[in-house]
Amino acid sequence: MNKMIIALPLAALLSACGSNGGSSNASSGSQVTGAGSTFVYPVLSAWAADYKQHGGVAINYQSIGSGAGISQVKAGTVDFGASDQPLASEELAGSKLAQFPIVIGGIVPVVNVAGVQPGKLRLTGTVLADVFAGKIKKWNDAAITSLNPGVTLPNADIAVVHRSDGSGTTFNFTHYLSQVSPTWKAGPGEGKTVNWPSGVGGKGNEGVAGYVKQIPNSIGYVEYAYALQNKMNATALQNSAGSFVTPSAESFSAAAESADWKNAQDFNLVMTNAPGASAWPLTATTFVLMPTTPRNKATSQAAVTFFRHALEQGQDQAKKLDYVPLPAALVQQVESYMAAKLK
Amino acid sequence: MITAAAAWLVLLLLSGVAVSMAWGGRLAFKTFGAHFISGKDWDVGAEKFGAFIPIYGTLVTSLIALLIAVPVSIGIALFLTDIAPRWSRGPIAIAIELLAAIPSIIYGMWGLFIFAPFMAANVEPWLNEHLGTKPVIGPLFTGPSIGIGMLTAGIVLGIMVIPFVASVAREVFSAVPPALRESAVALGSTRWEILSRVTLPYTRSAIIGAVFLGLGRALGETMAVTFVLGNAHDLSLSLLMPSNSIAAAIANEFAEADTDLYRSSLIALGFLLFVVTFIVLTIAKLLLLRINRQLGRTH
Repeated sequence: MNKMIIALPLAALLSACGSNGGSSNASSGSQVTGAGSTFVYPVLSAWAADYKQHGGVAINYQSIGSGAGISQVKAGTVDFGASDQPLASEELAGSKLAQFPIVIGGIVPVVNVAGVQPGKLRLTGTVLADVFAGKIKKWNDAAITSLNPGVTLPNADIAVVHRSDGSGTTFNFTHYLSQVSPTWKAGPGEGKTVNWPSGVGGKGNEGVAGYVKQIPNSIGYVEYAYALQNKMNATALQNSAGSFVTPSAESFSAAAESADWKNAQDFNLVMTNAPGASAWPLTATTFVLMPTTPRNKATSQAAVTFFRHALEQGQDQAKKLDYVPLPAALVQQVESYMAAKLK
Repeated sequence: MITAAAAWLVLLLLSGVAVSMAWGGRLAFKTFGAHFISGKDWDVGAEKFGAFIPIYGTLVTSLIALLIAVPVSIGIALFLTDIAPRWSRGPIAIAIELLAAIPSIIYGMWGLFIFAPFMAANVEPWLNEHLGTKPVIGPLFTGPSIGIGMLTAGIVLGIMVIPFVASVAREVFSAVPPALRESAVALGSTRWEILSRVTLPYTRSAIIGAVFLGLGRALGETMAVTFVLGNAHDLSLSLLMPSNSIAAAIANEFAEADTDLYRSSLIALGFLLFVVTFIVLTIAKLLLLRINRQLGRTH
């Protein structure tokens, strides 16, 4: 009898869980699910809201991080994944995935140094790498002051802020540092997480932004929109053409236009250090990953329709949120790719 | 029968959790062996994982927390049971218990936005200048004044632990039979003598229990620590430098742990937190036993 008393609620609990799981599976027929990059989340949710208002299906996107998005789409638990780091064609073929870019954005170094006006601090890629490697320790180091005549820099230790979680933003940032600095490439290298030689780690863009705002004499890197929303002090960077550029929608699109998308198989291209004369060197792309042989064909097709809508109609919303829409030529290339791979 | 079943269920759940953590972390333990505990590397790219830094950070911050929380809590409890005017005891006691109800993320935000800048601007430069130059303790207090680090995290944890220790201490202090204290007063004891000779010995085991309740909270605290500890896998003797804790590392990195070995290492970290807590509690029990035995001999 006593056992029954315990067993009954337990059974009720189990069956409740069971029916919950069942109903969520059933309802996924009417909505598209996606997971991945936090970088793309603001614009993706704006697109989704607009799409639903115009009679489209509901898009349920969980911003759990690029790496987690990749593993979810590989496991087939979501209709699409979103990642800031493209996969190589062999990996795509092995997991039967298609990949295409959806939106472009920028990553910006941000500083908190008293007396430095926003956008006035100029850095080169190698100096940035040496700062993050802990080799340049003071703000008034000759390497920095020689780039910034007329800016008074304090005799203070540089506090480096990086990401504590794995991140596509970190991948793009370290990919750039590896391109411009041989010692960075040989040392920490590139990846969603690297073995940081110094500094403190903040979780997410908001964590890094919070630390940079709170720690005097700090430098970090965040997605452009976070820098704008938090009114942070972004630096200018020297691009591969040798000119100093400030982060803006124009310099991001200059990078997007100068990138060689035509010859990138499965769009496997990282746009950092793009060659254009006015290109921002830390421009990043978010990629969508979708299975070529989906479990649920209907929702997969609904996702394709949604992305086509976003690419064609979503430019204004992207701009409003400080992203850069794909260049027209690239949109065409993506659409023919989708038509070929995601039938 | 039902009560016995409930008690056994707790034991079953506990061992179930421990076993499943150990099982989830088996790949990490198999790959790195004992080096997983002693290793100082946490290199995700090279897939080399060692838990020494998070374990160290967890223990150091918790120790700082206790150093702050225990004397303050006992002081609060003594004030409330002995010194405070009767009318003010209730409101103050409630205020302290309300402190325990503040979500830990609020402590974390307060730590990051208010306390860390205060530490960076006022406390840490002073520590650098005055204690940092001393011979033995110097290395503990040298480093850049960024306000984020083990000392800040330990102090924030200490504030979080105070209400737990203080409210238990207050309960047990007020449970001391009035006859005992009145006898002490009649013998001409000072307030300090009453505390050290009557109240504390009488409530000893309950107080140690309260301290370890607080320690348990400090060891496992995640959100507040993540905000102010710096989440960096760097080993440094200095309390002003950023570090990592077991709970913070798991919270920060689990979502993006996309290889089997990485995920397994994080689960193994969780298992180690279990082990660390278990060891600490065992030491507490042994300590209590020893004190009781010694007292038994002298009486």
